[in-house]
Amino acid sequence: MTSVAQTQASDQIPQGRQIPDRLRTPMQRALASWETLLLVVFALVFCINSFASPYFLDPWNLSDATFNFTEKAMIAFAMALLIISGEIDLSVASIIALASTAMGLAVQMGADTPALVGIGLLTGLLCGAVNGALITGLGLPSIVVTIGTMSLFRGISYIVLGDKAFTGYPDSFSWFGQGYVWWVFSFELVLFCLLAVAFGILLHATAFGRSVYAIGNNDVAALFSGIRVPRIKFGLFLLTGLMSGLAAVCLTSRLGATRPSIASGMELEVVTMVVLGGVNILGGSGSIAGVVIAALVMGLVTFGFGLLNVPGIVMSIFIGILLIAVIALPRLARRFFPRRAAS
Amino acid sequence: MLAKSPEKEPAAGGVRADAALETRAVLSLAGITKSFPGVKALSGVALDLYPGQVTALIGENGAGKSTIVKILTGIYQPDEGEIRVDGETVQFPTAEAAARYGVTAIHQETVLFEELTVAENIFIGHAPKTRFGLIDRKQMLRSARSLLERIGAKIDPSVPLKDLGIANRHLVAIARALSIDARVVIMDEPTASLSHKEIEETYELVDRLKAEGKAILFISHKFDEIFRVADRYTVFRDGELVGSGLMQGVDEGQLVKLMVGRPVDQVFPKRTPNLGDEVLKVAGYAHPSEFEDINFSLRSGEILGFYGLVGAGRSEFMQALFGITKPSKGAIRIDGEIAVIRTPNEAIGKGIVYVPEDRGKQGAVKGLPIFQNVTLPSLGQVSSRGFLKMAEEFKLARDYTQRLDLRAAALDQDIGELSGGNQQKVIIAKWLATKPRVIILDEPTKGIDIGSKAAVHDFMAELAGEGLAVILVSSEIPEVLGMSDRVIVMREGRIAAEFEGEGLTPENLVRAAAGIEEARP
Repeated sequence: MTSVAQTQASDQIPQGRQIPDRLRTPMQRALASWETLLLVVFALVFCINSFASPYFLDPWNLSDATFNFTEKAMIAFAMALLIISGEIDLSVASIIALASTAMGLAVQMGADTPALVGIGLLTGLLCGAVNGALITGLGLPSIVVTIGTMSLFRGISYIVLGDKAFTGYPDSFSWFGQGYVWWVFSFELVLFCLLAVAFGILLHATAFGRSVYAIGNNDVAALFSGIRVPRIKFGLFLLTGLMSGLAAVCLTSRLGATRPSIASGMELEVVTMVVLGGVNILGGSGSIAGVVIAALVMGLVTFGFGLLNVPGIVMSIFIGILLIAVIALPRLARRFFPRRAAS
Repeated sequence: MLAKSPEKEPAAGGVRADAALETRAVLSLAGITKSFPGVKALSGVALDLYPGQVTALIGENGAGKSTIVKILTGIYQPDEGEIRVDGETVQFPTAEAAARYGVTAIHQETVLFEELTVAENIFIGHAPKTRFGLIDRKQMLRSARSLLERIGAKIDPSVPLKDLGIANRHLVAIARALSIDARVVIMDEPTASLSHKEIEETYELVDRLKAEGKAILFISHKFDEIFRVADRYTVFRDGELVGSGLMQGVDEGQLVKLMVGRPVDQVFPKRTPNLGDEVLKVAGYAHPSEFEDINFSLRSGEILGFYGLVGAGRSEFMQALFGITKPSKGAIRIDGEIAVIRTPNEAIGKGIVYVPEDRGKQGAVKGLPIFQNVTLPSLGQVSSRGFLKMAEEFKLARDYTQRLDLRAAALDQDIGELSGGNQQKVIIAKWLATKPRVIILDEPTKGIDIGSKAAVHDFMAELAGEGLAVILVSSEIPEVLGMSDRVIVMREGRIAAEFEGEGLTPENLVRAAAGIEEARP
């Protein structure tokens, strides 16, 4: 604390009174956070799973289970930033389809593995650029634009592929979706961890991340504060496109084939993951830690139900209920324990 | 209403005030206490509202005025104390309950529905119905028309609300208050964004509501209008009741003293301008619809006032200067060099910063803490290679908010929780942290309390003394005259006149702004 000269007379305005930096310590803040609540949910699901099935606590089984969420989570990280900034991209699953189709075409022309990866990522980036240009350039609402490009991108895949499928990917290409870096740690799992850290830093520790929060809370005031709002939003759409391209590489590699229906419906699972992770769907708040835990919770639930042979439809019902329950909980808590009247 | 009615008013008001000593309060609050985490917003306050009388509620920002309004309208529940209507203890658990007891509020930014017509806005929730239970549009239009006539508003009830200006929207809100047969009308700074004529019309309306026997709670920062409309006063300071009584027998000085707890020097800071070189020169700036042919220059250490009526194009021009809107023609020079400004980011880079009039929408990023609001335009300064340094962020925020004497619980508090005056301090701090050359202040003291207002004025003088070039856009004549070295008056998007020295008189400004050609000798 800096020292401040005290004024002698009490009726004068005290100049430069000291204001503490923080009202609550970061620890107190963390304990009362959404992420902590999610961790509790995670622990619960973990316990239930380990009681429900003897096969659950097997390292290889657990490792297999991570494929349930790694690809979705890659996109979810970028989507979290996008939603915090007040935008959304519903075309991500269709970008996967288009990127996968582009890779499939390249395979027919004899492209090797590095070229395939490049084509996958580049297609994602291009799709992101199309979304970003329409939204920031023409000022169109992102939900409408990306519903449009959702049909457009997948439509192109259907035209190229019809009811056929591209196969014949080179053996070395399969490593991205099926390879292991060390013991039970797959390439996708390692990538997930690295990306979680990278996105965590990007959102929480950089000027770029701060701008994203400012835009999501009040984009007009952010603009009036000198934040380059259109440029940052465009960047976020590019990033989301790129991550969708990356997910396309991993998913195509894991499946070893491209069908136009690849990853269909994944956009909603990605958005669910982000919202379950505590990101405000209206923008302005949320954290990468929350999205990471949400990804783990969704992965565990899927895995647990798989072990118990529960059909997929029950799974989506459960995820839906979980989403509503977790969102409703804080609000219900506030109603029954009215600590603060102000919202 | 520019006639001499104020002459007659005191007599009429006097009679009524005497009679009021016997009338019973329609609504009274007693021992109201309300706490929020970390703050006691109200402690044991009382407030009585009498039929046919205007009670002025006076207090600095943060004194608890908004909280009491929210309690009166059922939005907040008091922790302690009671609300009595006609002597009976009641509770307002919801906004609807408050409305049922005839309490209605006209807020600073009244909540109305843009896309609906005036009549629909007036009758939403209690529209007249036909036999079949459908809305009786004809009846609704008729009733709306007669209500609007009753308050002397010339508004067609069938037009959509979005076509009306802010003054007419207020009238619609008042018509709505009458339509639900309100007994208590709360007017929260009803004249804050109105022009002279509209303000006069608002006063007439208050008189009319009084004559209809409504009990009116009038919240305002402007003393002239409190003396113009109010019969009684109630003063809050830091959440406590510090005085109340009849307006007769008090003067402005006494009220100010009650309000701030200390005598406030109403005089603007005296300074001898220390003019330096020309910093900014604007030549032929024009915009297709908002302004035309703007030419002026500004020197360091100078405070240049911009006066004009609402809609004269002052804010629009300032926003073009700051890179928000694009000018169609014209050039600016900074320190003699041509500068191109297409975005606010470029303006900040060139040393031009803008404190907007619309604090809530364009100034404060609510949802972000105070320190992050301060560092927002200076992120480059508090980071290295794009990585933020938290300690430097806090330091920058601490340094500049302390200089402005900010009142807040902590720097990581959401800026939205601060009072208007303190939000303004954060916004000014945010710009000072960028070390600007030219600071544009657009209505910087609008809707803020006297204490903060004086702080902003002192600070403006201090900045000019340090060699900053200051542009002050203000619609308050005393402020613009008291602070500026030179005043440019704008009218209909053009510079109408420029005054300095002896020419700085209220008459000159008003004439130039209204377009009255010849000044009488």
